[in-house]
Amino acid sequence: MVAFTLNGKRVSVRTEPNTPLLWAVREHLQLTGTKFGCGAGLCGACTVHVNGKAVKSCLTQVSEVEGARVVTIEGLSPDASHPLQKAFIAEQVPQCGYCQSGQIMKAAELLANNPKPSRDQIVAHMNGNICRCGTYNRIVAAIQRASKEG
Amino acid sequence: MTTMTSLDHTVSRRGFLKGAGGLTFAVTMGSGGMQLLTPTEAKALAGHTDMSAWVRISPDNTITILTPGAEMGQGSMTSVPLILAEELDADWNLVHLENAPADPKVYGYSRKRRGRVQHSMAIVGSRAVMMYYKPMRMAGAQVRKVLLENAAKKWGVPASQLRTEPNVVIGPGGKRLTYGEIAGFAKVPAKLPKVSSGELKKPRDFRLIGKSLPRRDIPPKVDGAAMFAIDVQLPGMVYASTVHSPVQGAKPLSWNEAKLKKLKGYLGAVKLKEGVAVIADNFEHVMAARAELEVKWSKAKAAGYNSEEALEKDYPRKSADPKTKAKKVDRKGNVDAAFASAAKTYAADYRCDYGYHAQMEPLNAVARINATGDRVEIWEGTQAPGRSRSMIADALGFKTSQVIHHQMYMGGGFGRRSRTDYTVEAALISKEIKKPVKMIWTREEDINYGMFRPQSFQHLEGALDASGNLVGWKHSVIGDGRRLLTGGAKISKYYKVPNQNIVEQSAGKHGIRTKHWRAVAHVFNVYAIEALIDEMAAKEGMDPLEFRLKKVPLTSKARRVLLKVAEMSDWKRKRPAGRALGLSMTERSGSLGAEVVELSVDRKTGKIHVHKVWAAIDSGIVVQPEAARRNVESGVHYGLSSVLKERATIKNGSVEQSNFHDYEVLRFADSPEEVHVEFLDRPTRPTGIGEIGNPGIGSAVANGFHALTGKRLYHMPFTPERVLAALKS
Repeated sequence: MVAFTLNGKRVSVRTEPNTPLLWAVREHLQLTGTKFGCGAGLCGACTVHVNGKAVKSCLTQVSEVEGARVVTIEGLSPDASHPLQKAFIAEQVPQCGYCQSGQIMKAAELLANNPKPSRDQIVAHMNGNICRCGTYNRIVAAIQRASKEG
Repeated sequence: MTTMTSLDHTVSRRGFLKGAGGLTFAVTMGSGGMQLLTPTEAKALAGHTDMSAWVRISPDNTITILTPGAEMGQGSMTSVPLILAEELDADWNLVHLENAPADPKVYGYSRKRRGRVQHSMAIVGSRAVMMYYKPMRMAGAQVRKVLLENAAKKWGVPASQLRTEPNVVIGPGGKRLTYGEIAGFAKVPAKLPKVSSGELKKPRDFRLIGKSLPRRDIPPKVDGAAMFAIDVQLPGMVYASTVHSPVQGAKPLSWNEAKLKKLKGYLGAVKLKEGVAVIADNFEHVMAARAELEVKWSKAKAAGYNSEEALEKDYPRKSADPKTKAKKVDRKGNVDAAFASAAKTYAADYRCDYGYHAQMEPLNAVARINATGDRVEIWEGTQAPGRSRSMIADALGFKTSQVIHHQMYMGGGFGRRSRTDYTVEAALISKEIKKPVKMIWTREEDINYGMFRPQSFQHLEGALDASGNLVGWKHSVIGDGRRLLTGGAKISKYYKVPNQNIVEQSAGKHGIRTKHWRAVAHVFNVYAIEALIDEMAAKEGMDPLEFRLKKVPLTSKARRVLLKVAEMSDWKRKRPAGRALGLSMTERSGSLGAEVVELSVDRKTGKIHVHKVWAAIDSGIVVQPEAARRNVESGVHYGLSSVLKERATIKNGSVEQSNFHDYEVLRFADSPEEVHVEFLDRPTRPTGIGEIGNPGIGSAVANGFHALTGKRLYHMPFTPERVLAALKS
């Protein structure tokens, strides 16, 4: 049994301690906005925040988040009102959409620490998140918009 | 706005027809394609034909339109029903969308294939808007006519005196009736009014087409609400994953069941045609079972196959061997005579490796067999819902009516999801274990049991007459892929070379699964064609744009896109040191595109970086320009990824790559800083958008590389090793 805070609520998961946080969140706790893409920390689709830091939940064991604050895309804002969520809609960024939760969570970490990032800083920060639809430039535009309008 | 966030979005056909009041229009397939029907006609047919609703107008003034545009990011879930809403003159804000059931006879577009009319819902080959454009317009216009006639009757005036504004009929003296109000009293005539194409809106009167409205699927994709098949949760559901043979095509003989049985949460295994599915109470236990599973496999044809050796040695040898059978792709004039009398001839060989789709969502499906074992419910993301339903039915020995199908969002398709072997596995597992199951392939499995864009070798020759005009053209493509090898090899839609001989040769069967892949053979054929054109231009001492405009017989459409992209990219302007431009053009699914890239190369690492891309596209009327622009941008990125990085190789029948560390794809830092897409303003019917962006990128990059370095790249992808080798040559 592992207990932690998920999107502001206390939760506990009855599973092996080495279960990836990804599967604990998606299948045990049924918050499916966090996605499985590679299972090896290579694509970033599974990005969530643990104590404010963006981590790849496929490589994070659930035992590592005991007592921690975990935030997923569902908890980024109560009503999709985070400046990034609004900017991703305004820029019509998502295509297939599968990587977008991870993209938004990764970008949210950037803006939390650096409210006015340059293009190069955005690219460097986001480089671990793959988008096969090739929405990269639109993501950059949305992050810049959120940075401006945030 | 209705978005597909709930699982309960499919519609019971009979239920829908009965409706909850209001006007319902059914649809059926006739010989001429989709036809709207009245409820009376629908009821008369019900029971002995598939019958469904297509449009429903409720007394509360909302309109529900079913969408057959399977959504994988291209936007057709929104664009296709929007075409119907245009002719209906609907208020788009009052339109709800629901997924059309997987029933091609009812919801499919029709196309002639080998002389027969075929109905299909396959969203492949950039078809969604292209194929549904006309039937959607006709259906929308018919519904509008019924509303007008009902309002006319109510007011006692001729229908010709009425007009519409969004969701409102306007009568003499400015009298108004909303569509909802009309739905409250209207009678649908026994036979629907006919609409001639002359009665359709003129493009200048469009309120929705060409106007770029927000895509309906985007809001649920920013807060995690969008449901993909992998997100489906069912009560009592168990988990499964299939392990396929490391050598493609081998069959499982036996496995270490005794050891698996001791694992926590393990529920059993199911033998499948080319794999073993392990089942457990949760996914981490499935992964544990996968790790422990040891399978004895049968021998398979692919066992001795080495792709690199085949491409280096066998393909060129077979290609040059006159005994190798050559199937005609296109032939014009007298090629032998043109080459015999040519002033100059040029020839070059090109190669391209296998390509993997690498859609972000690993293949998966959810299946639930009922208690009596005679009905299965399916949740999946598929590009071909109709065919998938039939495949599942066949595998289970069911009729299609025993397969209840729920279409979900697709985390990428790119051609892989038009063959749903993964869903068939989920259905078979559920039937065998009599439980609902979520079956997920790991990324490693997705690659190992991938279906690849075939590798290919090409030999091309061009002949110029005494004035330097391109008068002769030979192209042979060889590989193991049959119909997956020839797309894009025909050049007659843009280059009217009088003497041509284009052929396909077979390299024999390797036992490796191949599949459509965004524009498929265009990727390697267009690369070869446009690279040879560029090489001829350079050897003739001409600018590649000038050469095409002056020495290659162009169609007017080709001339237009070339001139447009030249203007967009400011082709003649000198670029900063270390940068150069490459030009190419391509057709796909009726559209024509010309592309220019601006690139640089790191001569130490061999890394090419494309900084800017310009694309000029003629795809007729563009229904949703912003969504279409993003679709082309997507094609540009997908193309660039395959051109610079992606290669799958097979050794002793096994795929050598296993995840994104060794099957590398384009990332943020590799992405061009600027991508500019423009559509030519053309009044013609819409043609394909989804695959016009990527096929030209290979040659544009190769040609730009030559402009910068004076060297040619003859093997795609242009990995750093190949670039360094070319620089040294």
